[in-house]
Amino acid sequence: MTDPDAELLSRFRAGDEQAFVELVARHHTTMLRLAQSFVASRAIAEEVAQDAWLAALRGIGGFAGRSTFRTWLFAILANRARTTGMREHRTTPLESPEPAVDPARFGAGGMWTSPPVDWTDAAAERLDAQALATALQSALDGLPPRQRQVVLLRDVDGLSSEEVCEVLELSEANQRVLLHRGRSHLRTTLEANFGAR
Amino acid sequence: MPLRLRRQPDLVCQQIVELVTDYLDGALPRADRGRFERHLAGCPQCTAYLAQMRETIRLTGRLRVADLSPAMRADFGELYRGWRAEAT
Ligand SMILES: [Zn+2]
Repeated sequence: MTDPDAELLSRFRAGDEQAFVELVARHHTTMLRLAQSFVASRAIAEEVAQDAWLAALRGIGGFAGRSTFRTWLFAILANRARTTGMREHRTTPLESPEPAVDPARFGAGGMWTSPPVDWTDAAAERLDAQALATALQSALDGLPPRQRQVVLLRDVDGLSSEEVCEVLELSEANQRVLLHRGRSHLRTTLEANFGAR
Repeated sequence: MPLRLRRQPDLVCQQIVELVTDYLDGALPRADRGRFERHLAGCPQCTAYLAQMRETIRLTGRLRVADLSPAMRADFGELYRGWRAEAT
């Protein structure tokens, strides 16, 4: 596995402050968003993310490169955020199963009666790009926490399913179920907002 | 006596939409992958649905993260120097 952070990592370990700040710039937003999915407020999430960076600095000697740096880093963050969230008595309930597409859109035989409405042209139009991104971001923010965590890491940040399982302590199957529900939600939002009927 | 292969029933649209993520992740068993692709070949609606899921993933991947403010860069530089001082 090649680690995209390997170069910055070795520079910062050798004493290069700028390399460390670059690593922070690369990962801090994801860490903040991930923290926010576990704890009640933005302020607490910021505290947790800062603490995680300090813990990463102090623990860097123990990072052996068995996983990628970001997997190791995000796992530190997730553990801290989870503990903080539990102290706040903020539980993330198991989300009840729900279909990817409203069952009312299929007939008795399971074939589409109300087929997907096209919106992908809107995505291609430059004019709509910003509106699309805004709608997508708020749909992502509105996902149940566990779906949001997986979509954030897999689709926004580009981690592999293996990395996500390690960070969030999920089985591969559960990870995929959460990803599937999250992505399906996002598609439905785009269709509802931008579908040309 | 010829070997009779029991052929699995075809998938319907409502099943396809639940298998999309497994399909894209390459997590479907080979037989199911074949059934999935056979359905797509004959179903423009599910083909469109798969394209929409791919587009959703692509757009989500473009939700880029905000840059770090100069003030925060300074804060993290300080955090780093504190750690160096503590480590030596
Ligand atoms: Zn179909």
